[in-house]
Amino acid sequence: MTDDSAVFWDAAAEHRLVAQRCTACGSLRHPPRPMCPHCHSLDAEAMELSGRGTLYSYAVLHHPQHPAFEYPVLAALVDLDEGVRLVSNVVEVDPADIAIGMRLEVTFVPTAGDRAVPVFSPAG
Amino acid sequence: MTAAIVGVGATEFSRQAGRTELQLACEAIRDALADAGMKAADVDGIVSYTVDPVEETELVRSVGFQEVGFSSRVPYGGGGSMGTLLHAAAGITSGAADVVVVYRAIRARSGSSRFGAPKTSPSPTSGHSGTTAMQWCMPYGVLTPASWMALNATRYMHAYGVTSADFGRAVVQLRAYAETNPAAWGYKRPMTLEDHQSSRWIAEPCIRLLDCCQETDGSVALVITSHQRAADLPARPVVIGAAATAGLFEQEIASDHYRPDLAVMDGSVALGRRLFDRSGFRRDELDAAMIYDAFSPILLMQIEALGFCGRGEAKDFVADGNLALDGSLPTNTNGGLIGEGYIHGLNLVLEAVRQLRGTAVNQVADARQVLVTASRTGAILTRD
Repeated sequence: MTDDSAVFWDAAAEHRLVAQRCTACGSLRHPPRPMCPHCHSLDAEAMELSGRGTLYSYAVLHHPQHPAFEYPVLAALVDLDEGVRLVSNVVEVDPADIAIGMRLEVTFVPTAGDRAVPVFSPAG
Repeated sequence: MTAAIVGVGATEFSRQAGRTELQLACEAIRDALADAGMKAADVDGIVSYTVDPVEETELVRSVGFQEVGFSSRVPYGGGGSMGTLLHAAAGITSGAADVVVVYRAIRARSGSSRFGAPKTSPSPTSGHSGTTAMQWCMPYGVLTPASWMALNATRYMHAYGVTSADFGRAVVQLRAYAETNPAAWGYKRPMTLEDHQSSRWIAEPCIRLLDCCQETDGSVALVITSHQRAADLPARPVVIGAAATAGLFEQEIASDHYRPDLAVMDGSVALGRRLFDRSGFRRDELDAAMIYDAFSPILLMQIEALGFCGRGEAKDFVADGNLALDGSLPTNTNGGLIGEGYIHGLNLVLEAVRQLRGTAVNQVADARQVLVTASRTGAILTRD
């Protein structure tokens, strides 16, 4: 986490999924950055997202293995309905049932130090 | 004025160099200078690319450069490797430097930053070992270049019906080239498609162990000067006929996940446009191509993004034998990064130089024009 990215991770710690929205032109962006690349405004707000999206791509990671994670890791790229894309995990799904285009919804997984990360499960 | 490569040097490629990146770079540069018939004091330019731990000032005091009038680091990590040719040529044709050394040293196997091992801390700068972009991948266990590129490769497979065996056919060709190359990890180590298909998954469904480049310790260096001065030097010059880079909005170094259509390597599309359209060189007149193959899926993706075939057709281009010595585009004739070793791309330039000098192990008959490319950077090298 860096000072420029705190907006995302602070919201995640509160179980909120947000993206930066430029207050001048309204464009949404992710990953967060200090300046709007479209209009160059330095003002932005955290827009809360619905948490709904579509699986854009995935990979089932087998090796190498890091002790902090359980394998296989289900890596995912999620296209959120609001128009930004995230790297994340898919959870609560068998690797054999993962399909590009499947509908997803966000859930939060606690991590060290009272923080949390957004991951995605199949939409109910 | 044009620029030419007049000297090349390299250390051995191994899994345990037993010495620092700085020393490896020194050795490769020393050998490149000898190959060029030049001395350290002749050099007044230094060019490299990011994700390299060798600081320019350390190199200057070790090799004995006296006054550096031009230096540059291309962004993008390994994807910037071929941009060193553009930057070196620009330094020379601008008059800022007469002789430029390009270098890369890496201990990807024995060093503190193994690319095949999980990376769990983002770095505050992009200069030496990574970027803050890693924070968007690490919390999810997406920790290695293979895992980052797999997310793009799976989309590619989905978009065009590409299979693991399609990647395997490209690896079979690379390993066939490596089998006869004494400098290669794959030397005398044959590999069949069956071997490939039974090798374990790194990132399913796209990357098996045998789809990955090696983790290598070693260094490669080039000496570049004006074509005019090259005429007085011992080695046959290799001319930088064209060079370009194309870094696009929203791209990252290796965790490149935010462009609209990840089934297309659009950095390579943009590069191809800059390289071919502006220079007048033609794709069908190339005698060979050296294309950055950190993982086999990106080799296929670059082949079609560069326009050697239509979208989704690289699997057929490979299956039809076009990458072989008797094919339309002999590719990675040293075995590639997968078959020879991974000096972060720069060993592919070494192979291009050997092809154009006529000294390659798997020599293309009468090679005159060779493409070298690493996604968003590239050059066309020609025989003098």
